[in-house]
Amino acid sequence: MTHSGTTKPKGPIAAAPEKIPITLIVNGAEAKLSVAPWTTLLDALRDYLDLTGTKKGCDHGQCGACTVLVDGRRINSCLTLAVMKEGAEVTTVEGLARNGELHPLQQAFIDHDAFQCGYCTSGQICSAAGLIAEGKAKTADEIRELMSGNICRCGAYPNIVAAIQQAMGRS
Amino acid sequence: MIPFQYTRASDVADAIKQIAADPSAKFIAGGTNLLDLIKYDVATPTRLIDISRLPLGNVEETANGGVLIGALVPNTDLAYHPLIEARYPLLSRSILAGASQQLRNMASTGGNLVQRTRCFYFYDATTPCNKREPGSGCSAIDGINRINAILGTSQSCIATHPSDMCVALAVLEAIVHVTGPAGARTIALADFHRLPDNTPQIDTNLEPDEIITAIELPAKGFSTNYSYLKIRDRLSYAFALVSVAAALELDGDTIKEARVALGGVAHKPWRSPAAEVVLRGQRADASTFANAADILLRGARGFGHNDFKIGLARRAIVRTLSQAARGTPQSISDKKIR
Repeated sequence: MTHSGTTKPKGPIAAAPEKIPITLIVNGAEAKLSVAPWTTLLDALRDYLDLTGTKKGCDHGQCGACTVLVDGRRINSCLTLAVMKEGAEVTTVEGLARNGELHPLQQAFIDHDAFQCGYCTSGQICSAAGLIAEGKAKTADEIRELMSGNICRCGAYPNIVAAIQQAMGRS
Repeated sequence: MIPFQYTRASDVADAIKQIAADPSAKFIAGGTNLLDLIKYDVATPTRLIDISRLPLGNVEETANGGVLIGALVPNTDLAYHPLIEARYPLLSRSILAGASQQLRNMASTGGNLVQRTRCFYFYDATTPCNKREPGSGCSAIDGINRINAILGTSQSCIATHPSDMCVALAVLEAIVHVTGPAGARTIALADFHRLPDNTPQIDTNLEPDEIITAIELPAKGFSTNYSYLKIRDRLSYAFALVSVAAALELDGDTIKEARVALGGVAHKPWRSPAAEVVLRGQRADASTFANAADILLRGARGFGHNDFKIGLARRAIVRTLSQAARGTPQSISDKKIR
């Protein structure tokens, strides 16, 4: 590595750093947890908060299955350290429904059969929620381009685009 | 991931103090490249210094008509900023051509500059790679090198810098503002990234204990005649095989000023002053553009799988300059290349 060659770690790496207490607002509720510094937001959600709707696909920011909204913006939770999001508002797929009613995107994905295996779906829906909030995509081409961070290996793309258009009120 | 310590920097001075005291530490801002490298055991910092909360998130006009972009402005915010969209649309388009919206929401402007030059072998810790482990050899030169460089290569490395944003910044002649223990200084974008030579492990001329604070854009934005064309193996969300940023100033059909840079073909954004000289004062037509392409690609060399990049780059340069001259920049979402 560029800057690391000459210096050895000061202490034994085995003396793992202590866990760091953090507070997140997850789906509107305060969540206090203690995590090791290298815990990703994805792992914190799944392993500490039991919110397993957010999926681990590639774990490298390439597939989008782990997409959640942080302070209203869609990000890859696999490439985010939980400790860096202290105080942030996190919305996962579990937090989209309101009063027992599916979010319009969830309903639209059902209406349009916008999945097959379903593994990418929670990421697709959270990403689409971010896309709608951004307000940049108007046409099908623009939806495709701005959803390109979400891979669907079943190839449900035409139905995903149709579902998003329905939720945008452009069906 | 390997275990590491985590601290936050309270201000720029504290960030510099912390990194100077611990050379095996790394700054983290967006983390989109660094955490990926840590997961692959390519980067092994013992401590991450979180700079993401430092007040470096503004975009403001400068006294000389340019724009100063804080190093922590997210890529998305920069691409959609009204000043950038209106005056530097080439920069806006180049940013939106890179990565995915999720990654652009996380990635910072400064971080985009210091993302590592890329090669599949660099990412595969089981293979020799001079960039990852100096002296171990280059697996790409005789390996699967479809994505690798054709210009400015050395015996030790043929990796490419993957940024789209930096290709536009090269054309716009951006200035990088950095601060270190010795104080603040500026680095021209052209001098920021390095060719591999015998030290491919060093991507940039930023010192290990320096931090990027801002990127400055000079006043000239080429907002009328520009285009960014990116050719890749997928229609979106893939690194460039070849990309071209072109900016022209025209007087009728005559080229007054011209700048061209290539991405995906070298260890840094690739510009050639000689290629721009042959454009100035000439008619903006395909034969003029072809002359410039020949000069830009002078010395280009393929390594087998990437031989196609030379011809592809030549055609892409002519096409992008034609789009710029017509005032019809390449669309981000309509994938047809006109």
